[in-house]
Amino acid sequence: MPPLKSFRCPSGREFIFFACPKKSSSAAAKRMSKAPNRERAADMLKIENLHARVEGRDILKGLTLSVNPGEVHAIMGPNGAGKSTLGHVLAGREGYEITEGSVSFNDADLLDMTPEQRAAAGVFLAMQYPVEIPGVNNTYFLRSALNAQRRARGEEELDSVQFLKRVRETLSVMHLKDDLLHRAVNEGFSGGEKKRNEIFQMAVLAPKLAILDETDSGLDIDALKAVAEGVNAQRSPERAFIVITHYQRLLDYIRPDFVHVLADGRIVETGGPELALQLEAHGYDWIRDRIAPEAADA
Amino acid sequence: MSALLESLAAGFEQLPHRDALGLGTARRESMDAALAGGLPTPRRERWKYTSLRALEQRRFVLPHQQDASDAEIDTVLPPAPRMVFVDGRFDAGRSDLSGLPDGVSLHALSAGLAGDDPRQVNVLGRRWNTDDAGFWRLNAALAVEGALLRIEQGVRVQPPLHLVFVTSARGQDLGIHLRHRLELREGAHATVVEHHLGHAGERPLLNSVCHVHLKPSTVLEHIRVQRAAAGASLIARTEAVLAKQATYRLLSLELGAALSRHELAIDLQGKGAHAEIRGLVRSRERQHVDTQLMLRHQLPQASSDTQWRAIAGGRSRIIFHGGILIDEGADGSDAALETRNLLLTDTAEIDAQPVLEIHADEVKASHGATIGQLDDRALFYLRSRGLPEAEARRLLVFAFCRSLLEGVSDTGLQAQLERVVKQSLLPDHAENDAEAVA
Repeated sequence: MPPLKSFRCPSGREFIFFACPKKSSSAAAKRMSKAPNRERAADMLKIENLHARVEGRDILKGLTLSVNPGEVHAIMGPNGAGKSTLGHVLAGREGYEITEGSVSFNDADLLDMTPEQRAAAGVFLAMQYPVEIPGVNNTYFLRSALNAQRRARGEEELDSVQFLKRVRETLSVMHLKDDLLHRAVNEGFSGGEKKRNEIFQMAVLAPKLAILDETDSGLDIDALKAVAEGVNAQRSPERAFIVITHYQRLLDYIRPDFVHVLADGRIVETGGPELALQLEAHGYDWIRDRIAPEAADA
Repeated sequence: MSALLESLAAGFEQLPHRDALGLGTARRESMDAALAGGLPTPRRERWKYTSLRALEQRRFVLPHQQDASDAEIDTVLPPAPRMVFVDGRFDAGRSDLSGLPDGVSLHALSAGLAGDDPRQVNVLGRRWNTDDAGFWRLNAALAVEGALLRIEQGVRVQPPLHLVFVTSARGQDLGIHLRHRLELREGAHATVVEHHLGHAGERPLLNSVCHVHLKPSTVLEHIRVQRAAAGASLIARTEAVLAKQATYRLLSLELGAALSRHELAIDLQGKGAHAEIRGLVRSRERQHVDTQLMLRHQLPQASSDTQWRAIAGGRSRIIFHGGILIDEGADGSDAALETRNLLLTDTAEIDAQPVLEIHADEVKASHGATIGQLDDRALFYLRSRGLPEAEARRLLVFAFCRSLLEGVSDTGLQAQLERVVKQSLLPDHAENDAEAVA
């Protein structure tokens, strides 16, 4: 990995980029060029001018983003830019106040739904810090969750044979050992195991939109590759991904169609995978223009 | 004199078996002492959290003052061997002692009183001299029923022995006084399950004292499932005495009754004795559950391990006093006490009080207490995967207490207890209300 480059935002936060060792994808660039012509009605997820605050502090300040089925969107940005807030707001975590804007998911008002309703509708958030839940068996939990989703969608529940079949297939695709099934949810898991358990759950639940919140943080290169493989195996024309990451490194393994830079609560730049390279080449000066109005105020 | 004492004193005059086996004088002395001393008040340290003022103003009739012929219960009874007591009387018809191995004697106290051998009922000889012993004095005066179990030397009983105490809603409020003895001779092993059951609409007073005598190298697994009527007032005392190398494993599930007070006095009187205490209290609405554990290490090398879990919802209150006393010279003692507590509503209250008193030099002793609410992050995690909120809450609450059931030796029994506990975790309306405003 080439040396990283860093700069400071006007807010004083450090913004770090890795050089991208691979060539950018021309296919993604092509899709980018098509983007303005997209049918708006086809959007799976449509976030418009979203403002959110937590504990009296404005975090998201007019974020707009559209995601279609089959697309992979990477969202990069410095710590504190609002990346994790975006993930939490989309999944329905309490404690965030939406002051302006809207989010629709397959034409339904996502912000009006409880977390479990969003899950049943097909939203999945792979968390940055998966919670350890002693006493709750991983398999039991996952089966209850899957069947609760199916009930909510009016589908038939899976019996234990059908469920285990699905689980075993997923395990083998992800090269996971089945001791995962017998343990309590995330209890005593290493950082890498927790992240892999998130991707495993995602694979079993088969969401329409998967949001990966800094799934790469705290992973060594082998764990990172394993997680990326699991994600890539789930890519399909029906499924969209939002990959939130602080570092460019994950994008070497999960090739995004779009890269967005999130800074100071909104998306300030959108491009293909080559955007990270551009950031690398032009650095702070290049991105500062986009957040200059705020900087000028400061 | 309070209405409660007055009504019980009236019933005492016609008590059956009152003078049997020369116990008449002792019973009257106990009754007089109870009337003179009265019931404990919150001024006594041990009763600080539990007021009996409302209970004292109520009147109760004793079982013999009521016709027993029409008692109806809708309880599913556990498998044999079982002893069933309905409204404070032994019910031979509902009991089934088939499959009881040789070397096990299980009788009703009333049968012992009807016989001519005072040794059968020596359990009634216990005297209480402390000021706050009002209920135990009443028990000494009024108990003419109970279960007497003796397991002979070296006998290992496989199937759990079930003792079922059930009340049926009829007429006046009953005051039921029971006295039990569980005695294991040297090397004996057994599992005893106490079931306390009742029906809606009843408001009985249940006073029971259980004596556990464990001779050397015995193992008793004692499971207590308290699901008494929602209106019941239950005052219980369990006294266990452990000889050398004896093991006492108690699992107490406190799920029912309006007022439940359990005093648990455990004496490790022998070297290498071991007590394993597991307790789960689940309260709701306006329930009041007060447990007073007094565990005493008298001789060296004894060990005790206490794990207590309390889950309070509604406007209920749970008290747990976990007292461990290690006597001078009880070197090599190992005592661990942990109490974890979960408040489901803003209006519930839990008072947890671990107290260690150590007079020996070479001991290992630890205690810990935590009080908290359900983890918001865990709740969000489960919901974000699709579990409805109520189901996610139940899952987390069950996870909080399930480890207590892991030690149950009989797997069928363990599964049944899991079902009982899960059932008890279903939310009630008061909780929903309180949670909505939280």
